[in-house]
Amino acid sequence: MGIAMKVTVAACAAAISGLALAQGALVKIDGSSTVYPVTEAVAEEFQKAEKNAIKVTVGISGTGGGFKKFCRGETDISDASRPILKSEMEECAKNGISYYELPIAYDALTVVVNPRNTFIKSMTVAELKKMWEPAAQGKITKWNQVNPEWPDAPIKLFGAGSDSGTFDYFTEAIVGKSKSSRGDFTASEDDNVLVQGVSRDVNAIGYFGYSYYVENKDKLKAVPIVEKAGAPAVAPSLEAVVNGSYQPLSRPIFIYVSAKSLDKPEVRKFVEYYLTHGEKLAKEVKFVPLPANAYALNKDHLAKKKLGTVFGGVAEVGIRIEDLMKREAKM
Amino acid sequence: MAVVAPNATEIRGLIRKAKRWDVIFVSLGIACLGIGLLTFATLFLDMLIDGWSRLNPEFFTQFPSRRAGQAGILSAWVGTTLVMLVTAFFAVPLGIGAGVYLEEYAPKNWVTDIIEINITNLAGVPSIVYGLLALGLFVYTFGLGQSILTAGLTLALLILPVVIVATREAIRGIPGIIREGAYALGATKLQTVKDHIVPYSTPGILTGVIIGMSRAIGETAPIITIGALTFIAFLPPSPISDVPPFVNFEWLKAPFTVMPIQMFNWTSRPEAAFQHNAAAAGFILVLMTLLMNGLAIWLRYRLRKNIKW
Repeated sequence: MGIAMKVTVAACAAAISGLALAQGALVKIDGSSTVYPVTEAVAEEFQKAEKNAIKVTVGISGTGGGFKKFCRGETDISDASRPILKSEMEECAKNGISYYELPIAYDALTVVVNPRNTFIKSMTVAELKKMWEPAAQGKITKWNQVNPEWPDAPIKLFGAGSDSGTFDYFTEAIVGKSKSSRGDFTASEDDNVLVQGVSRDVNAIGYFGYSYYVENKDKLKAVPIVEKAGAPAVAPSLEAVVNGSYQPLSRPIFIYVSAKSLDKPEVRKFVEYYLTHGEKLAKEVKFVPLPANAYALNKDHLAKKKLGTVFGGVAEVGIRIEDLMKREAKM
Repeated sequence: MAVVAPNATEIRGLIRKAKRWDVIFVSLGIACLGIGLLTFATLFLDMLIDGWSRLNPEFFTQFPSRRAGQAGILSAWVGTTLVMLVTAFFAVPLGIGAGVYLEEYAPKNWVTDIIEINITNLAGVPSIVYGLLALGLFVYTFGLGQSILTAGLTLALLILPVVIVATREAIRGIPGIIREGAYALGATKLQTVKDHIVPYSTPGILTGVIIGMSRAIGETAPIITIGALTFIAFLPPSPISDVPPFVNFEWLKAPFTVMPIQMFNWTSRPEAAFQHNAAAAGFILVLMTLLMNGLAIWLRYRLRKNIKW
């Protein structure tokens, strides 16, 4: 026991004194689980390309959790599935963290039904709203209540858990207010649970990220979305997202890079690698890449030191990437 | 004698009845055990079958990857092993020390009572609470960072109550005559505790350590809270080096991931191929737990052989 205690004390002392030492070239990334697959792919390839001389770590704290660490100066880069919010901007400003906002790909939220569902050809945003808004809770329980042409069958709803950026964006785009949704549906943070749910119930409808639909195409049917009355129904696809016709459910996803960290050569190298190879790698992990010129524009913004966010701390839906890139950024 | 005969049949009837109840109770017990074992065996086999295709040497020597076929658990199993080492290193001596003090030395008054009640309660506190405590205390106040040391200390806190309670139970199981015998031969209190109480209670203490460590190895929530990573494709620095002083504790402050986090990440992937990785990782995690417990059981067996009463 005596020896054990002595060793303990020695280990503690060594550990604490050792903490001051430099860690070597390390790029620390944390944030959204939606953006994670893209960043992971880039990190994997980057480490290979650098022959492991630069180490990259990626965590999943969620967009909000990621920004908390980012604004405390603990991470170099933050993965975000939505733009930075006002409160987070203030937190960053308080700690003197300035940042670059770089859109790196699109995610297309996909509304899916069971493949044996024969009556759904397309859905309008208004129908989706009628189905998902808070007022629907306990009242809209049958398909024919949403559209009289649909059968008198129960609706089984599957949706994202309230902690996810997917939930925030879907409610913003469909209901009109972020986080405003009915509560009586099967919610899960794990999209595979939703895939299973919809694929097993003929009366089910659900929504999640495009990649989960692509990987399970044989078990699910994607619903084409009609944005406004009179507009054509558009199914989610690479082309529809890139040309901006899949609205309002396609959204850009971002990385936020700390300006202070960008002065470190390893972080700059990583970001440049991200913008050069992001298009190919995003596609590989089933995300929709931005148009090629968007990556070039991102590099341009870095070169011109265009700091800050173009959103001003408020969430928006249905913006085209070209318009986004032209906007003036603010801290 | 005519009175005895019906009595004898009556008694035989009673015995038969009692024996019938015995049989019923034993079958019930076996059924309970069977349900438990069958459930575990089904889960275990299901994981084995699901993950079989991924259980090859490369799975242990490769880092995580976006391609399911190339993804391995190297950073995860090394992380889990190191975190468990740190956990055992802190939890076992602290737990035994506290248990021995409470049982042998602490005055029996209300302060001790309050401490006792609190320790028992702590054993039931959800693990996320320990994670939040550790985030504030170890990560920010002590500045230990999101490191293996922080994770080990957090899990050590988590299992400390279990070890303390087990130690006390084990000490209470030692017959009073052992203590009295030692005193009668003129042993001091320290000698009694050091040479009799602690050695004789070690098997019981080890049981507590097994339960605690098995809980710790599967914990995800507190480890995520303190900032464990998901993608990490390098190992902590080696504890042994070829330059003096030949050992270093750099690895304690290295970033890390653990098996349950790696597994969880794979189960939530869209590609079906990752589900096989998750199953294989789950199978290995169970094996690691078995290995750890096997070691403790073997130790317990060896120690029990030395007990002479």
